[in-house]
Amino acid sequence: MRRAITVRVVGPLQWIVYPALTAIAVTVLLAIPFRLFGLNLPEPVLPIVLAFAWPLIRPSMLAPVVLFGLGLFLDLFWGGTLGLWPLSLLAIYGAILLTSNFLAGQATIVLFALYVASTGMAFFLAYMITMLNLGNAPSILAVLGQAVPTLLLFPLADWLIQRFDDADVRFR
Amino acid sequence: MAFRDGPFENLKVPLAWTAAVVVVVGIIGAVMLLLGDSRQTSNADSYAPARAGFEAGAAPAGMVLSAPVRWTGNAVDYVKGYFFAVSENRRLRAQIVELNAWRDDALALKNLNGRYEQMLGVKTEPPVPMVTGLAITDARGPFARSRLLNIGAGKGVRVGNPVLSEHGLVGRIMGVSSGNSRMLLLTDVASRTPVLVERTDARAMLTGDGSGSPRLDYVRGQGSVQEGDRIMSSGDGGGFPRGLPIGVAAKGVDGSWRVKLFSDRTAIDYVRVLLFQDFSQLADQNALNAPPLASLAAAPPPTPAQAVAIQDVATRRAAAAAATAERVRAANAAPPPAPVAAPVAATTAPASTTPRPAAARPATPQPRPAAPRPTAPEPVQPATPNAEPTPAGAAE
Repeated sequence: MRRAITVRVVGPLQWIVYPALTAIAVTVLLAIPFRLFGLNLPEPVLPIVLAFAWPLIRPSMLAPVVLFGLGLFLDLFWGGTLGLWPLSLLAIYGAILLTSNFLAGQATIVLFALYVASTGMAFFLAYMITMLNLGNAPSILAVLGQAVPTLLLFPLADWLIQRFDDADVRFR
Repeated sequence: MAFRDGPFENLKVPLAWTAAVVVVVGIIGAVMLLLGDSRQTSNADSYAPARAGFEAGAAPAGMVLSAPVRWTGNAVDYVKGYFFAVSENRRLRAQIVELNAWRDDALALKNLNGRYEQMLGVKTEPPVPMVTGLAITDARGPFARSRLLNIGAGKGVRVGNPVLSEHGLVGRIMGVSSGNSRMLLLTDVASRTPVLVERTDARAMLTGDGSGSPRLDYVRGQGSVQEGDRIMSSGDGGGFPRGLPIGVAAKGVDGSWRVKLFSDRTAIDYVRVLLFQDFSQLADQNALNAPPLASLAAAPPPTPAQAVAIQDVATRRAAAAAATAERVRAANAAPPPAPVAAPVAATTAPASTTPRPAAARPATPQPRPAAPRPTAPEPVQPATPNAEPTPAGAAE
């Protein structure tokens, strides 16, 4: 007796749309005005995780479009300068996409170093844009206060890469 | 001819290239958005409709998510109030004793201040109406610090209105939709607030930089700011009313003056929005814009008593004018004085020899010699030929 074989197709819905919706939901959740013992909830930039992981999983035309939408969402939801986070996220995506051939299959520690560099580049870009746009530099401590929680999200990016990277050379 | 039969039949574009093209297009779009944004200006935001539409959709989600936090906070406060009622009672009693003295001082000063204002004719600012709202979402990043409120244009909130918590100034309204509004915190990197130091009345600019304690810029003068000085809004520029409490001055780790905000003492949940636009709302715009003396054309006719009084005043003024004209005419008609010898004029005292018309003399009596004085100009006494010219100062 032959058993039916079910083939699970991993499409853009699984590795692009669902993570993007999750990032939006968590961002909204962390924006609750909650304060305990004088401390607020952290406010990491969750889409940076996706901007780092997606080009390493495989190139896609949908991913940059979704990243642009996620950046717009951040700007509108946080009330910031419109275009700030779309530009920063797409800069990460583009840089990783350019070097993805060299990064495929690297050890986790190398990926973490690259994640730190990518996050630093995004925040530096946002810092410079804000300074040029408003004529006032944000506090470095405040920038670190958002960059550090974002760096702590690296396990999520690593999990995404391990989960969805099929290493198919046709995508390289 | 189908596409696959054409010359592009065997053309295969790598997926990475197409993704790169999308990235480039996206970056160009983001730059265009950045160039079109006018968040730093006080003018209307060019993306205001988009922001308002987005916030109208985000507000219900924020309300739903923040409701459990609010309920939990209220429940915790209730339990704490129950268990710590005795200690709270003692603390409040001590506070009442302390505040009673302050209340008496405040009443005395209010009375004195009112009298000064009345004496000096100072035009004080009228009370500003306010509405209470609730913060739904909170952005705490270095590049944007703002909050979404559940009150909007429907309750009279407008862009620029100051927002206060129970402790002091929190920020101002930067965007409004019908049911929601977005508040820019004092700590936002785009925030600039004119302030004054209460002790010295020195002016400064409170500049947010994304940190918890905004910076004091443009502080002038030695010793104009000290640790612990109270900082409040100066009202300069008309964006805020004067005297809203903001915080306390403190030295930052970078050596700059910073302000520890009063509003940072507790969570900012309920806020009051002052429906204050600028100083122009304090004056009656219709009265200011009316043409000068326009009301005279529409003035009612005088009553008989007013008409008699007006006529009487007019008659008196006419008589006084005629008398003045007659005196002037008489003075002009008087004969010119006789020629005077130059040496004599130089040697005699001017006060006693200068010819004057009688009509031009003052009516008050002057000490005169016994001989009657003629009404005509006094003739100058002829000088004797052997008289020596004597200076007036050397006569004695």
